[in-house]
Amino acid sequence: MYRSHVLVCGGTGCTSSNSLAIIEALEAEIAKKGLQDEVKVVRTGCFGLCALGPIMIVYPEGSFYSQVQVSDVPEIVEEHLLKGRLVKRLLYDETVTMDDVKSLQETDFYKKQHRVALRNCGVIDPENIEEYIAFDGYMALAKCLKEYTPEQVIQIVKDSGLRGRGGGGFPTGLKWSFTAANQADQKYVVCNADEGDPGAFMDRSVLEGDPHCIVEAMAICGYATGATEGYVYVRAEYPIAVKRLQIAIKQAREYGLLGKNIFDSGFDFDLHVRLGAGAFVCGEETALMTSIEGNRGEPRPRPPYPAVKGLFAKPTTENNVETFANIPQIILKGADWFASMGTEKSKGTKVFALGGKIKNTGLVEIPMGTTLREIIEEIGGGIPNGKKFKAAQTGGPSGGCIPASLMDTPIDYDNLTAIGCMMGSGGLIVMDEDNCMVDIAKFFLNFTVDESCGKCTPCRVGTKRLLEMLDKITEGKATMEDLDKLEDLCHYIKANSLCGLGQTAPNPVLATLKFFREEYVAHIQDKKCPAGVCKALMTYSIEADKCRGCTACARKCPAGAIEGKVKEVHTIHTDKCIKCGVCLETCKFGAVVKK
Amino acid sequence: MLKKISSIPFRGTPEQKAQLQAVIDESKSDKSLLMHVMQEAQEIYGYLPYEVQVMIAEGMDVPLEKVYGVSTFYAQFSLSPKGENNISVCLGTACYVKGSQQILDRLTKELGIGAGECTPDGRFSLEACRCIGACGLAPVLTVNDEVYGKITEDDVPEILAKYQN
Repeated sequence: MYRSHVLVCGGTGCTSSNSLAIIEALEAEIAKKGLQDEVKVVRTGCFGLCALGPIMIVYPEGSFYSQVQVSDVPEIVEEHLLKGRLVKRLLYDETVTMDDVKSLQETDFYKKQHRVALRNCGVIDPENIEEYIAFDGYMALAKCLKEYTPEQVIQIVKDSGLRGRGGGGFPTGLKWSFTAANQADQKYVVCNADEGDPGAFMDRSVLEGDPHCIVEAMAICGYATGATEGYVYVRAEYPIAVKRLQIAIKQAREYGLLGKNIFDSGFDFDLHVRLGAGAFVCGEETALMTSIEGNRGEPRPRPPYPAVKGLFAKPTTENNVETFANIPQIILKGADWFASMGTEKSKGTKVFALGGKIKNTGLVEIPMGTTLREIIEEIGGGIPNGKKFKAAQTGGPSGGCIPASLMDTPIDYDNLTAIGCMMGSGGLIVMDEDNCMVDIAKFFLNFTVDESCGKCTPCRVGTKRLLEMLDKITEGKATMEDLDKLEDLCHYIKANSLCGLGQTAPNPVLATLKFFREEYVAHIQDKKCPAGVCKALMTYSIEADKCRGCTACARKCPAGAIEGKVKEVHTIHTDKCIKCGVCLETCKFGAVVKK
Repeated sequence: MLKKISSIPFRGTPEQKAQLQAVIDESKSDKSLLMHVMQEAQEIYGYLPYEVQVMIAEGMDVPLEKVYGVSTFYAQFSLSPKGENNISVCLGTACYVKGSQQILDRLTKELGIGAGECTPDGRFSLEACRCIGACGLAPVLTVNDEVYGKITEDDVPEILAKYQN
């Protein structure tokens, strides 16, 4: 028994800000004070509040230390762990009110959250199967194998109303029943952990913080659909997640929770891990299976659907990490419990990765139907530096943006689709007034042009032409006629592409056109970028009343575009100016302005 | 994605060849492990030159054309060697809206090379990458395995200086 547990985040975010060195220092310092039998240091998965990393929580008090440095460790050990006095200067400021210290659950960031998929992240040591078991781990699998028939398991998942968390929102129970209905000598379960949507990292966090729940859920899916083998396809860019998943599979095999005759039920199931190699299209289910088979990850036309002919041409069920992460809890707590959360057609909770121009960047899990305003203003802590909210991008390169006027929309699958957006995997990137929406659309198109696999023409050629049109707009060379052409081409690509990548690639353009058409028009007609982002449309000038004639800018200008004598007002010749911005950086008097 | 084929002569050692052969022997019974073998090969050699692709094709008994097809399809596979220090700037959405493009531009200016290139002395190579999942620290860049988060354009010279000697 330990009298105190110190939990340190070992997720990618905190590891990147040096949390492993903190763990080492903690252990050394604790040993120095002779506390090693009283205090235990645990490396956990992600707590969610990545912006404040590295994060440390001391139990039983639940004291939440943020942005801890290695140099702070002796003080924490001496004061808190030895003498029992909080180190207030390091506590997360939201938890400190006057003389009182609040628990983490009472802070704005955590208060509205409801953790189902992330319930063990930041709580248990992900590399220790016994900690998972202590939190009811593998109970759901045992319950399925001992108490339910496969049909009953599928019925529970159907009744829960769980829908695919990878983006499409297809009912999970229905998907399972399709595979179960097909007879074959071999069936497969595939977990899609190829989290390609830039800005979304919930799947990574689940794999890093609670890998056993995926192992368990896949085994349950195997039992329900009649599959005996499973594959997890995970991004190679997530080394920590890969390592912990491999450890989890090894431990599960040692405990007889994977392999032959699990729980003496006669059910066999085993898992393999396959690494992706950086291709966004592999997040599409048929492309992912093609890639597992060792090929170029090109999608296949559907039908036949994977439930009929999937991996290695056998019936296959594919779900995303977050979908699987909900399964054990649904089995344990029942379909009704899960269906009591969320909205009419979107049940349960959803994990969002808050990023971009927002104070509390990190992972949040909230019931479906929470409004964007609650997420951004309350949980996210609002926009930093007093800037104004402009839009939130959901669904990454396949999604759209939600403007300020729609901030009170309850977020669920159907509402987002109705406003021309999509849930996607749950990346939520906040943009403020300094972001140009045309530039953002161009950014996503750049991404899809790069990631288009090239198999079908509408996507391969169409996205390229779209990007060229956007380039023309941001360079101020487009006409209003181009805007119509742009829209036409968007609809054409959507209607004719082979897979989800192409069918959704024009979404960022269509959504920004719908809500921020005036920004497009400003680029085209006024030749101005209202946010001051598009380089070609910017001009630098010198304000006469502020210029002292020091000549510093003229001497630094690489293009010789600045003219002026000593102690006289200088001017910039826009025809020569290459817009490098050196003059702006050089001027000590704030006389150079960018418009 | 356009890939540049290296013109630098192949300098593989017998030890590297033995390592690769071991991986191939372990995997050749299952052709779906081709990507795994290629990932290991890139780990061993740092990149996948023509010579290595031939070894893989012969060892796994698949057409060279297929190995080449796979190596050019996935962003992770590199056909040209990387520098001693590989700098990777995240251009994922969260980093992009926080100005990672400016950081990449600054690196290009400081190093005199564009993304996907290597300095002539072989000390630095530069690449743009998609999300590494450290969005809470945006904007992010990595040098080899070291992650630098919440950086600004002006931090670039200081970071480079660490690796210059």
